[in-house]
Amino acid sequence: MLKQVEGSMAVAEAVAACRPEVICAYPISPQTHIVEGLSRMVKAGTLTSCEFVNVESEFAAMSVAIGASAAGARAYTATASQGLLYMVEAVYNASGLGLPIVMTVANRAIGAPINIWNDHSDAMSQRDSGWIQLYAETNQEATDLHVQAFLIAEELSLPVMVCMDGFILTHAYEQVDVPEQAQVDAFLPPFVPRQVLDPDEPVSIGSMVGPEAFTEVRYLAHARQMQALELIPQVSADFKRAFGRDSGGLVRPYRIQDAETVVIALGSILGTIKDVVDEMRDQGVSIGVLGITSFRPFPLDALREALAGAKRVVVLEKAFAVGIGGIVSSNVRTALAGQPTANYTVVAGLGGRPIGKDSLHTLFEQAGRDELEPLTFLDLDHELVERELARERANRRSGPSAENMLRDVGAVGPRLH
Amino acid sequence: MGAVPVKFYQVGSFAVGNRLLDPDLASVQSDPERANSLTSGHRACQGCGEALGARYALDAIMRATKGQMIAVNATGCLEVFSTPYPETSWRLPWLHSLFGNAPAVATGVAAAMHAKGRDDIRVVGQGGDGGTVDIGFACLSGMFERNDDVLYICYDNQAYMNTGVQRSGATPPAARTATTQTVGPEPGNVFGQGKDVPRIAMAHEIPYVATATVADLRDLEAKATRAMEFRGARYLHVLVPCPLGWGSASCDTIKVARLATQSGLFPVFEAVNGEVTSSTKIRHQVPVEEYLKLQSRYAHLFRPTRRDDVIKKLQAMADRNIERYGLLEPELAPAVPAAMSNEPVEVA
Repeated sequence: MLKQVEGSMAVAEAVAACRPEVICAYPISPQTHIVEGLSRMVKAGTLTSCEFVNVESEFAAMSVAIGASAAGARAYTATASQGLLYMVEAVYNASGLGLPIVMTVANRAIGAPINIWNDHSDAMSQRDSGWIQLYAETNQEATDLHVQAFLIAEELSLPVMVCMDGFILTHAYEQVDVPEQAQVDAFLPPFVPRQVLDPDEPVSIGSMVGPEAFTEVRYLAHARQMQALELIPQVSADFKRAFGRDSGGLVRPYRIQDAETVVIALGSILGTIKDVVDEMRDQGVSIGVLGITSFRPFPLDALREALAGAKRVVVLEKAFAVGIGGIVSSNVRTALAGQPTANYTVVAGLGGRPIGKDSLHTLFEQAGRDELEPLTFLDLDHELVERELARERANRRSGPSAENMLRDVGAVGPRLH
Repeated sequence: MGAVPVKFYQVGSFAVGNRLLDPDLASVQSDPERANSLTSGHRACQGCGEALGARYALDAIMRATKGQMIAVNATGCLEVFSTPYPETSWRLPWLHSLFGNAPAVATGVAAAMHAKGRDDIRVVGQGGDGGTVDIGFACLSGMFERNDDVLYICYDNQAYMNTGVQRSGATPPAARTATTQTVGPEPGNVFGQGKDVPRIAMAHEIPYVATATVADLRDLEAKATRAMEFRGARYLHVLVPCPLGWGSASCDTIKVARLATQSGLFPVFEAVNGEVTSSTKIRHQVPVEEYLKLQSRYAHLFRPTRRDDVIKKLQAMADRNIERYGLLEPELAPAVPAAMSNEPVEVA
């Protein structure tokens, strides 16, 4: 049903339509509205046969989900940022045990310095956790991806993280076609677990595994993600047949036909990039966009195919690996191994820094002339950084950097516009 | 004068022969149909108190729930010795997730059962003292506070035994561990309250809290069984000597546990809705020294020089328990040994 709705509420309604049996939640911005919505549905009795557990931490949230999933219940939770980091041990455990939990990550920066705004540092930190990671471009896609996520997770017995940009998506009110209960029921069968804690057929789950089989058990996790490369497009196609919408899949090409320059990105920034690409195409620039929806598993073949004709790729990412640079771009490089394609990494939008069209125009024009550095920090205030470095050179006890730099900036608001 | 009570007790011990008891009162372990929840062949050390405690507690719960139970285990000795891949000693549905999350995982299982309308299936979380009083403490408190329908059992051997005997929040003062070594002017663990989790559990006003030891296995069975009569969060804290970590003889596990109760160092009691409802009285009070002497983790209190000052402080802790929980029958009350006695004391 078409609704003018907050992204979080649309996701909450989609999750509810998936008939979760256990939802556990701990508040953290910008994820909180989703679980608030779900708690209301459970309390009001509109979401039945579902336990809503208000836990004492994100670590407990994932742990409750682990117990529930191992007991054969469809389990869901949501988190962001510090919360995701706080639950990391259990995040790895859930995937290691092969439990098909679905979790929304409302992407947000990681401190210090503490920052509640959007970037992808949180989810990117878990790229090797064994979870499938799907990134939503719009609230419609975020909504739809949750329905697909339960199907993918339960088919493969693997947990799935649905990543949606904090605030930009979670708090945006827009028109979303929220899946109807009957549609979801027809699309998503009841959860039939591969392994379950059942007194009538007792099994031990979570045994210690030594060197004799650890490699094989871990390889199996990789093999399952390779299966996901087949399953994700299939579920996306099935979804399109059932709901009449294009959502999900591995990658999302836009005007890349014969494009010399292809911009690669994840999440909501794809919308702005597409606008810029449209404008540049109108001016005759040969440029296109490739959105990555499935970051784990990473669709090497799909990328290689989509980028076959490109002279250069510009990977614009909202996170980076300190000490080396791009995260997404190094994955893209793996896809392009042996190809002459130039690869530029652009780190942008950290901690909620707006990514404006003007900056993108300039950036893509520079890229088109191959004038970009291999690693660029978009709109970086070099002078601000230089001033702090100068203070550090002048004074041993130069004080806390973040506070020094904030003092230099002065009023915060005007910079953001 | 009333009738002379029949003496069921064997000479020199408080053990009661099952054949003398009403079948309903007999130990679950005497039942050939017992569940053998933690069955033979596991790799616990000789004389392991934890293996013994877990077997008695879980078989009693299996009987109480007619086999409809799921166990969640924290990382630790119990997990490691019971499930070296691909073997398992568990004859019940069993899940191990992490060290610090067993109470929360158990909550998840209970929530799943409730959502599925399977409230007949009961959930037990279990772990050692490290997994319970330290790293799992936040999850435990959360489970208590929400009154989730979980029985959590802590098998307390007073240190991180699985990693090689390091101090935990349940390690008693003066005890030697690998991280509280017997060097310096104050050898062994620091003096302090430590974490008294049974009392902390009571502060949550959960329906049922009890302590037990492997010295009185029938009491342990009775408490595990009683715990299943309640719904909501329940906590059972079982003292389980560790021959390896405590430096006691493998054959002395029961004896050491008994001396812990008979000295007053480990109070055995039950509490309902946050109030103590009964405590197990001391039968033959002994000075703490009798308990300490059997364990090399306290050897530094006796040689090269005797540390009466430290022993006195440990005795004061025992006396505090005796007073707090009324561990002595009134007529025995004056027997509290204010000053330590070196006289040998008859021990069961």
